[in-house]
Amino acid sequence: MSSTASKLPPLATLGPFIALILACVFFATQSERFLSAQNFALILQQVMVVAVIAIGQTLVILTAGIDLSCGMVMALGGIVMTKMAADYGLSAPVAIACGMAVTMLFGLINGLLVTKIKLPPFIVTLGTLNIAFAATQLYSGAQTITDIPAGMTALGNTFQLGQTAIVWGAVLMLVLYLVTWFALRETAPGRHVYAVGNSPEATRLTGIATDKVLLGVYVLAGLFYGIASVLSVARTGAGDPNAGQTENLDAISAVVLGGTSLFGGRGMILGTLVGALIVGVFRNGLTLMGVSSVYQILVTGILVILAVATDQLSRKGVR
Amino acid sequence: MQRTPAFALSALALTGALACGLAQAQASEPVIGLITKTETNPFFVKMKEGATAEAKKLGAKVVSAAGKTDGDNAGQVTAMENLIAAGAKTILITSSDAKAIVPAIKKAQARGVMVIALDSPTEPADATDALFATDNYKAGELIGQYAKAALAGKKPVIAMLDLHPGHPVGAQRHNGFLKGFGLQANDAKSNELSRPAEVVCMADSFGDRAKGQTGMENCLQKNPDINLVYTINEPAAAGAYNALKAAGKDKNAIIVSVDGGCAGIADVGKGVIAATSQQYPLRMAAMGVAAGVEYAKTGKKVSGYTDTGVTLIAAKPMAGVDGKDVKTGTDLCWGAK
Repeated sequence: MSSTASKLPPLATLGPFIALILACVFFATQSERFLSAQNFALILQQVMVVAVIAIGQTLVILTAGIDLSCGMVMALGGIVMTKMAADYGLSAPVAIACGMAVTMLFGLINGLLVTKIKLPPFIVTLGTLNIAFAATQLYSGAQTITDIPAGMTALGNTFQLGQTAIVWGAVLMLVLYLVTWFALRETAPGRHVYAVGNSPEATRLTGIATDKVLLGVYVLAGLFYGIASVLSVARTGAGDPNAGQTENLDAISAVVLGGTSLFGGRGMILGTLVGALIVGVFRNGLTLMGVSSVYQILVTGILVILAVATDQLSRKGVR
Repeated sequence: MQRTPAFALSALALTGALACGLAQAQASEPVIGLITKTETNPFFVKMKEGATAEAKKLGAKVVSAAGKTDGDNAGQVTAMENLIAAGAKTILITSSDAKAIVPAIKKAQARGVMVIALDSPTEPADATDALFATDNYKAGELIGQYAKAALAGKKPVIAMLDLHPGHPVGAQRHNGFLKGFGLQANDAKSNELSRPAEVVCMADSFGDRAKGQTGMENCLQKNPDINLVYTINEPAAAGAYNALKAAGKDKNAIIVSVDGGCAGIADVGKGVIAATSQQYPLRMAAMGVAAGVEYAKTGKKVSGYTDTGVTLIAAKPMAGVDGKDVKTGTDLCWGAK
């Protein structure tokens, strides 16, 4: 291998970006409406809920865990905040805080079960997934809640950037990615997240409180799910008890497509954003082409396997 | 591991107690089983309410069960076995998978259980003893006729937010709408979605608010001149309206839908939806329970298809289109009164 080749980022890092660009080029040739600022703003707004959930999911997966409960916890948060506003007349910020408190509580429960009782994250979050789903249905009576104050949907409003209307929620989503990117890269707690995922035992021996890092990651993930609840409510203008049904797997797909390793310790938060965008680009592009949504699911499935295979092969390469 | 036997025992005891409870109910009053697609869809929540209320009136007991998700056939088969074990002599079912459920129905019938399909027919339709359901093709035709009149001669530029591929109810509403509008359309038996040139965009909404919104946003991207939106149900319609409003096009396009739930009718009142075809799940369920009680008492089975009715509800009436106003729709929402 030449020295320039070894300086290039590995395929696992470049793969997601290449896939996204290829998809964009393909759709641009298929529909003249695809390649426009307005359409890209639209895709950002369509993926923002899953993309924010996927930030929390990335943190968990970096620690070699997984959070199956994310979508349902997001839905519960949305129901709690809209019910608080609709039934008790709480102001939007207070109601939102209540909803986010609930999603963080779920994060705390997940974290405590994983760190204190040493249960596998897959099982813990499978349990809390069902608990959050049942709580959502019971609390809402399976009814959509629409009577909510305007303040709760403010993030769904748009501002003009030239000809393009951009949703505030999409801007928040991008800011959250930048903040997380910086925190993971430049701060000690951020590096600890990677360390715990790479080798918990070695990390513990260097004097880092691995349990505290893990607990922090799950609570933080709950915070991101809470923000996603706000975005979901802002986007659809309602508390929807049937939200969140596909978001957990969509978020995991985004993380994996973005090149984060399911075995923990390796990955990049900006890749997750690209992963979420890939799914959004396919849904948008295929609708513009007039193709059934089933193909989007098909393509996502193939890409997820390709992403995991790339990760596995590049691991063999470095061994 | 030592605790496992204790757990197993208590689980067994609980199941036993449950079974005894059900058996006791059977001794005093006929048990009617109700199997819906999910426990959580408001349509099925209403259906259960209707069944329970009617059973109370007639001195019967409704035991309900459901699949976990829409399309969960295995869950419905399990529910069927459990309900037979619980002593149900009549089972009302809204099948998730029209074909896959048939063998389980045959088994139940072989044990003397009357099976009535509610809302969705099985395939073949005569696999069940009877069918109480909305005529979905007609429901589509009604909103198609309304849309034609509402556009008042303007050239239609249509977006269609469907359910998901391959669902007969989705196909019947879709094709019925096109037929009612006077466009080329497959007949009521077809599961293929017709696509005449006037339909500029089709997207799958899965009957879901958020996905309906995404579908409409993409459709507007494809063709900003859309002036007529068909939606499979009112949650999808509410999503479509969000997308139109965000694009500043809510005045340019009219939305029509099918379902007639209380929230949906409220949206007709607010002008979000121009017209919707209202169906009556409470009536379906009540009729099913009544038939079940009759069977328990006299051994007489019902048969064939009973149309449980569909009514066009619109805030603004159109000449030449039969319909009722929002007030009537609210009073009747899903057969409430």
